[in-house]
Formats: sequence, structure tokens, C-alpha cells
Amino acid sequence: MRIYVCVKQVPDTSGKVAVNEDGTLNRASMMTIINPDDFNAMEAALALKDETGCRVTAVTMGPLSAEGMLRELIAMGADEGLLISGREFGGSDTYATSQIIAGAITHLGLQEEDVILCGRQAIDGDTAQVGPQIAEKLDIPQVTYAAGIEKQDNVLKVKRLMEDGYMTVEVQPPCLITCVKEMNSPRYLTVKGILECFHKPIMVLDYEALKDEPLIDSGTIGLKGSPTNIFRSFTPPQKGSGVMLTGSAQEAADALVSQLLKKHAI
Amino acid sequence: MVFNSAAVGEFHDIWVFCEQREGKLLNTDFELISEGRKLADERGAKLMGVLLGSEVTGLAKELGGYGADKIIVCDAPELAVYTTDAYTKVLCDVVMEKQPEVLLIGASHIGRDLGPRCAARLHTGLTADCTHLDIDMDKYVDFLRESSTVDVDAVNFKMEDTNLKMTRPAFGGHLMATIICPRFRPCMSTVRPGVMKKGEFNQEYADNCEIELYPVSLTAEELKTKVLEVVKEAKQVVDLIGAEVIVSIGRGISKDVELGISLANELAEALGNGVVGGSRAAIDAGWLGSDCQIGQTGKTVHPKIYVTLGISGAIQHKAGMQDAELIIAVDKNDAAPIFEVADYGICGDLFQVVPAMIAAVRKGKE
Repeated sequence: MRIYVCVKQVPDTSGKVAVNEDGTLNRASMMTIINPDDFNAMEAALALKDETGCRVTAVTMGPLSAEGMLRELIAMGADEGLLISGREFGGSDTYATSQIIAGAITHLGLQEEDVILCGRQAIDGDTAQVGPQIAEKLDIPQVTYAAGIEKQDNVLKVKRLMEDGYMTVEVQPPCLITCVKEMNSPRYLTVKGILECFHKPIMVLDYEALKDEPLIDSGTIGLKGSPTNIFRSFTPPQKGSGVMLTGSAQEAADALVSQLLKKHAI
Repeated sequence: MVFNSAAVGEFHDIWVFCEQREGKLLNTDFELISEGRKLADERGAKLMGVLLGSEVTGLAKELGGYGADKIIVCDAPELAVYTTDAYTKVLCDVVMEKQPEVLLIGASHIGRDLGPRCAARLHTGLTADCTHLDIDMDKYVDFLRESSTVDVDAVNFKMEDTNLKMTRPAFGGHLMATIICPRFRPCMSTVRPGVMKKGEFNQEYADNCEIELYPVSLTAEELKTKVLEVVKEAKQVVDLIGAEVIVSIGRGISKDVELGISLANELAEALGNGVVGGSRAAIDAGWLGSDCQIGQTGKTVHPKIYVTLGISGAIQHKAGMQDAELIIAVDKNDAAPIFEVADYGICGDLFQVVPAMIAAVRKGKE
């Protein structure tokens, strides 16, 4: 049994978000972090590893510098890393990204007992789309919003959160599960893990290595192959100093609510 | 199998996936049908709803009352409870046969599971959690004029463009992006619940709404997951970090602590299932438990709406909340630093202002 954990390096949006004049994100000026939900997916994988001794592979697509992030996940307990990196993959939307990751996992092989874990969503795009799209491209079942995974013989029982409760879903591997932060508390790195992480393998796959995979069709990857395009990105009007609402308590409250309704905030 | 070999021009009509749970429609359905009506009119197209479930045909007419020309009903026992496998298969079957131009799905825990799976199967684009939609370029330009810093008069827009323009926030609202899907159809979007305005119900529309029963074809091999149980839960313990609405209290409630807390709770509830947090002063005074503290030494939160009641806004507190999408501050001191980060400030006695806010919010939501 092998668990692939899909992780993403994202800009740290807890600090100031820097925006270029043209409205795109100034990534260079921002720190990068491992997407928070992905730690929960990794912890879920490591918990299954503690139980079954399975192999855990951290998978990411990004620049070569993302290797550092994979080392951190190895220090946390992953056995190895897979870095999918290439100019041809740049600018991919969620559809194209899922094709590439699905292609790379197929390249390494997805066996009967294998599981793919993802975080629920990444804090930069907030789409929550890549996980389900990988599952579809690999033709395997998915469970999203998972808050618990229990392995029973050859099936997994997954607690899937709903807005007003949860459902328990039984699924048989190979399958893909996206994990929410309520699922667990990610473990800390150990000194031993940090010392060992540089001796464990990280495989780098570029377009050349993957181009014979049927899913890696040059027409459906990268910026050009992506079905969606950014038509325009822009900044909302500057916050400025805000608006003071005056008048009686009721007048101020009414003015506030009409603003909230206009902004669709309530 | 790549479905999308047909020319973009062969796809017609605006569709809304209508979600039901336990045989009840969701509010999002009416919001999306109302928004879909607007888009269909912009496009000169028909608006169709597609409703999946078990014994749900009776729900269809109500959707018509909000402007749907037709509801396509897929009724089968296997569709009683949502499963990715069954819903994806059935929805994709209908879409492939009838070829809609646009497909909108509510961004619920179900919609955000179903949407990407279908988009990947249909080989088309999907934009997540949209908050604004336009087809007419005129209307889009007006929207930009009002909601962005773009100098729209300096941009040469292609006014004849009929792609659905899907706008959504990114990075906690620091940036907005408008996405299009020009080469493939249907153009798909999940839409944030509560954002689109629900229109008026019209009985005549409901009576004229056509209903089509679409045959469901599912085999046992296609259903790979099994739902063992569905559990409803009462509200969970206070989750400040995940909360969309937070009302925070500070030293300013000291005049009547009990009333202050209950007003905060009531306002949080009225604004939308919100929770109550507090500044360090409120926690140190023992008015709230330490897990409710927001700020440098407490929690950092990113709700959609953050309201402060009687919090002056020390840097310590601001560090934990200034990235909220929308900040509303109520304090009696008009020089309080909290007003520097607030989008809206009301200077006054919170014991008078908050009851007025609660009443206004309830009225506004009707």
C-alpha cells in the first residue's frame, strides 16, 4: 500500500499580500509556506503509515525550489518526494494541473491498495478542484471534506463533513480523499527526521519524462491547454480609512445594513 | 473520451444544477435560478434547472416560480442521498445529450464535490466559488467601474464578447479575478451561497414551467462508494478560526457584561451563524474562556465579517483580525484606533447601537 499526498507551496497570505500594478500577485515578495490543509492530509497519511507500515510519497507540482518543502515533509515522516516541474506545465489551471498530477501518479503506478490524499483546498486559489479532478482523470472514487479516515480490512470508512453534520462513506482503494483541518493535529518534525530527510529520495519528473503518458497531452496542459483563462484580475477599491456612519443608532444601523446587502456580505 | 469535440456554438441555454437534501430544495437553488434568469435574458437563451433525487418531481414547479423555463428531473432511488459517482454520471449524461452553454452549481459541500468531477469528465473549465457573473460586456464594464480600481474608459473591451465572465475573490479578497472559458462548453461555475439575490416567486411562471423527466441510467459498477449513514449535528463548539462571522467584545461592555455578551451572540446569529470572540481585556476579566481570545497571543481569524463591540483596537488585537474581509467597529470613542482598520465604524453607545443593528439585519434579510 502506498499513499500519495498531494501538497502545494503557497504564498503566506497571513501577512501582507503584495499585488503588482497590473493586478497580479507579487509572489516574489512573499514568503512561501506549505498549504495548511496539506499538513492535515500528510498527518492522515502518516497515521495510516503508523498503523500499516505503508509507503508515503509527497507529491507536488511547482518550481525546482519546491524541493525544500518536500524535504520538510520527509522530515515529518514521508518516505520520499515527487516533484513535477517543467516550463510546459506553467500557467496550468485546475483542470490542466490535475491532468499532469494524474499523469505523474500513473507514471509511478497506482496499485489496488493505494490512496491519494489532498488538503481540502489551497489558500491561494481556494478552489478545492484539483483533488476531485485528479480522481476523475484516474477514474477512481473520491471523498471530499474528510474529517476522519478509518481503515477496516480493505475498505476505508470516511467521515465526510456536510454544512449541517456529516455522512459516513465507505470507499475502496484506490481512491482519493481530501482532508479538512478538523481531521487531526499535524505532528512536529523530529530531530531524527530532519537529520534523515536529506538522505531520502526526491524524484523530479519533467515534461520529457512524462510526455508518453496518455494524460500528458500537450493540448490540455499548461497555460495554452487550460480550459479557463484569467480575463482580468483587479484589486477591489482600497480600504482607505473606512466609512464612519453617523446619525442616530437606528440610522447608523440601517445605513450599515444597506451597505452589507449591497456588498452581498449578508 | 473527450466530450467537448462539438463546436462552442452548438451549445445553448443556461442551466442550473438544483440541489435538494432529503427532498427539500436549498435557498441557493432559488438564488441561482434567479441569477440564471438574468443571464438567460442577457444571452437571449432559455433557463433550465436540472434536479436530481428520489421522488422529487413535485419540487420542480417551485423552481419555475423563480424564472426557470423548464426543469429536467432525474428521478431514481439511487439519487436519494448524494454520492459523487451517481450524481456525476447522471448530470454528465444529461449535459452531454443536451449541450448547455452554461452550467451553474451552488458552492455547497456537495456542489464543490460534484462540480470539479463533472468538469473533468466533460473536458471543460470550472471556476470555483464565484461571487459575480456577467454575460453582457456592458454590464461587466459597469461592474468593474463600481467594484474595481480599473480605469475602464482606458480599456478597449470587445463589446460583442458573449463568454460568461465569472468573478471571484482570491487571497482572502485582496485580489479579484474574472475568469472565462472561451474554448469549451458548458462554461461551468460554482457560486457562493448567499451572494446572488433570490427573486420574487411568481405563480404564473411556476404554472408555465415545463417539466421533463429524464431517464436515469446507472449500473452497480458505476457506484463505487456507499453512504453508510447521514448524521445531522447541532452547532459545534466555538470555532473561531473557521467562522465566517465573528462578533468580538471588549472592555466597552463592562457596564452590563451579561447583556453585552447576549447582544453579541444575538448579532452573530443574525448576521449568519456567527460566533463570539473577545479581546484580551474581555478574556482577562473572565467574561469569555481563553479559547475565545483573538489577537497576537490569541487566535488569528479571517472571517468574512468581523464586528467589534467596545474594543479600542490595540495593535495586539488588530494583529489577529485585520485580514477579515469586512470589519465593522462599534465604540463610544471616535478616536479609537479600531476605526483605522474598520470598513464601517459607528461611534456610539453599543447598548443602543447593537439592538438597532440586530433589528436592521433581520429586516434586511427578509
